[in-house]
Amino acid sequence: MLDEPQEQAEGSLTVYVISEHSSLLPQDMMSYIGPKRTAVVRGIMHREAFNIIGRRIVQVAQAMSLTEDVLAAALADHLPEDKWSAEKRRPLKSSLGYEITFSLLNPDPKSHDVHWDIEGAVRRYVQPFLNALSAAGNFSVDSQILYYAMLGVNPRFDSASSSYYLDMHSLPHVINPVESRLGSSAASLYPVLNFLLYVPELAHSPLYIQDKDGAPVATNAFHSPRWGGIMVYNVDSKTYNASVLPVRVEVDMVRVMEVFLAQLRLLFGIAQPQVPPKCLLSGPTSEGLMTWELDRLLWARSVENLATATTTLTSLAQLLGKISNIVIKDDVASEVYKAVAAVQKSAEELASGHLASAFVASQEAVTSSELAFFDPSLLHLLYFPDDQKFDCLFFCPISQHSTLVH
Amino acid sequence: MAAAMPLALLVLLLLGPGGWCLAEPPRDSLREELVITPLPSGDVAATFQFRTRWDSELQREGDTDHYFLRYAVLPREVVCTENLTPWKKLLPCSSKAGLSVLLKADRLFHTSYHSQAVHIRPVCRNARCTSISWELRQTLSVVFDAFITGQGKKDWSLFRMFSRTLTEPCPLASESRVYVDITTYNQDNETLEVHPPPTTTYQDVILGTRKTYAIYDLLDTAMINNSRNLNIQLKWKRPPENEAPPVPFLHAQRYVSGYGLQKGELSTLLYNTHPYRAFPVLLLDTVPWYLRLYVHTLTITSKGKENKPSYIHYQPAQDRLQPHLLEMLIQLPANSVTKVSIQFERALLKWTEYTPDPNHGFYVSPSVLSALVPSMVAAKPVDWEESPLFNSLFPVSDGSNYFVRLYTEPLLVNLPTPDFSMPYNVICLTCTVVAVCYGSFYNLLTRTFHIEEPRTGGLAKRLANLIRRARGVPPL
Repeated sequence: MLDEPQEQAEGSLTVYVISEHSSLLPQDMMSYIGPKRTAVVRGIMHREAFNIIGRRIVQVAQAMSLTEDVLAAALADHLPEDKWSAEKRRPLKSSLGYEITFSLLNPDPKSHDVHWDIEGAVRRYVQPFLNALSAAGNFSVDSQILYYAMLGVNPRFDSASSSYYLDMHSLPHVINPVESRLGSSAASLYPVLNFLLYVPELAHSPLYIQDKDGAPVATNAFHSPRWGGIMVYNVDSKTYNASVLPVRVEVDMVRVMEVFLAQLRLLFGIAQPQVPPKCLLSGPTSEGLMTWELDRLLWARSVENLATATTTLTSLAQLLGKISNIVIKDDVASEVYKAVAAVQKSAEELASGHLASAFVASQEAVTSSELAFFDPSLLHLLYFPDDQKFDCLFFCPISQHSTLVH
Repeated sequence: MAAAMPLALLVLLLLGPGGWCLAEPPRDSLREELVITPLPSGDVAATFQFRTRWDSELQREGDTDHYFLRYAVLPREVVCTENLTPWKKLLPCSSKAGLSVLLKADRLFHTSYHSQAVHIRPVCRNARCTSISWELRQTLSVVFDAFITGQGKKDWSLFRMFSRTLTEPCPLASESRVYVDITTYNQDNETLEVHPPPTTTYQDVILGTRKTYAIYDLLDTAMINNSRNLNIQLKWKRPPENEAPPVPFLHAQRYVSGYGLQKGELSTLLYNTHPYRAFPVLLLDTVPWYLRLYVHTLTITSKGKENKPSYIHYQPAQDRLQPHLLEMLIQLPANSVTKVSIQFERALLKWTEYTPDPNHGFYVSPSVLSALVPSMVAAKPVDWEESPLFNSLFPVSDGSNYFVRLYTEPLLVNLPTPDFSMPYNVICLTCTVVAVCYGSFYNLLTRTFHIEEPRTGGLAKRLANLIRRARGVPPL
């Protein structure tokens, strides 16, 4: 709708106030939130004009930037469990980078010869999204095809629709048997997000996932917090007409990527914003991410990083108090100083609103504090036996006769 | 965990130019093979080979520069089920169909010999090598002992060896075959009978000798349909003759000699038993840094005379960073023994680097010998796609010799280990000596004498004075 005049700095927001009768906004809408850190608010001619306009601006700003629930989500791990809901624990913890794996599970290669153009789909749909998110960390994407990988649960038959279904309570048991074959967590430095596309076997086709009311889920997919998502792709029964097995199946990547990208947004913690009443939210962008959503993510991540770094340093200090045998070498000490300096810098930058440098400083703080805490040289003298410390007092009984001078 | 919410879509997907193109990436091709070789002693050897080839271009920055080649070895690591499981996960139809159904850990590790390998390498797609594909080969070799696994009987079958039979081929494999070595028993069916009778046989020159194999093809529907499963049985009609197997043309031995914990000598014996042909051997030695080799003592003798290698590459060790690397090309004369020996000194390690008390010692990795051994029978050149996998692991362009890579045995050496109770002993002894000496001298130097009145008073008074003296209070 509106053309963006210039590039905005991260963490900043520009609000334009237009006249009451302007036709830029539709007649009944009071405000508009754009995709790139700009918003438009309709002015008003009234005695309390400043207050009313001020309230509208505050509502818009709260929708687009840091609010209390963003902070709550960031600190969810450090707060007692009963205070905040399970929703807060869905997104992944902050890390320097992430690895995303797309897997195609074909449990029945005798019946289905499945082909998917994953490279093209990643290039067209996933890579632009990850490029937009690149400020939040390094991303790497890979894919694999697994054969004879079954789900751990036997689906039940529903004679009314003559299809098979997995109900909501059996979904938690699906992931474990498959996870051992994914092979992802063994060989990667960063946390892994797994997206699985399951083509059910001929004996259990078609397969639907039922929600708690017993109705099939529209997208036939579900996700697991901090782990990834699973989508069930049913082969169209018309393709079996030729009845020569195996049947060639071409996966429709558009349908699949719609679901996976939405799950990816949820798993990163990019939640639906609280849109104020009578506000028009701009349509989706081609990357799938609005710039101010990235800002909210960076704020949450910076706060989370600061909390983690301070917790780690505090634990190290408490440990030093309890165990006297810990060795602190010079390089460990310099890491601790670096971590403290980075925490202070990040806090200052956050207070002054420079989001990009605050985020970078918070990542440095986490890295330095973890380097200091997990350094193996801390434990070099941990098992120094106490009896060997007191060997030097061995001469005491013998020298008694010489110390008593008479 | 929540089911995916109905998507009030925030995502607008842009269709790329050309819609969704159905340009299909080339499919990987999988071939699998099992070779069963009955041995004259009654044992049976089984070798699995799985080959996956894919044609996608992996990222390579330029050609392989030799400066970026790495060699690493971990001597004396015992292979067990934890090594087999991730190895099996690399197979597409792992344990569910095809030949990999036979890979059960409890049978495979109940053998007298077990070896597993993974090879990844680029192969040329055509004769001029303008494009390459990548090949992943997995091999597993086991030898079943007649007395331990076979319980004294020398008849073998797939069920007795693996406690499984073959039921269906892997749907992803383009080839799935079992080969049985029937070389010595081909002419007469009276020594060894193979059941079910094979439909085809395959003859070729393998490792320099002519061999015949019976083929069972799992993709041939007639093979399995009749009985739903395939259990290949080997029955001995006559007991096998106990003739010694022919000595291979190249074999080697390695040992450490010397006495004491300061010096020693490392010797490798290379045997060339070919009656009239000499051939060169490439010997690669990696010796850990704590055996300090003296390269000026390197001697190579064949038949009593000195043998100068045509190529030597030596990279000295750096303490705690890298081991010694010694690579030589040695010409072995016909029908001879060549001895390569080098002296070394054992190093003293830092006190945290010693292994805990109950240890064997330190292991030295085996040396690797690579050679092109002349064969008795000339072989025809190998066509990659047509020949079985066991023939194409190390193909050679001319059939007059074959490639062999040998590993000698790993060695065990003892390093001079200090006595770790000495710090405690020293503290005790020194403190005692110092206390006694110092105490005596101090007493001698500072003792003063004073006159004491003759003591009057009885026993009680004397006891009381004793106590008062001990307390440091002036006596009564």
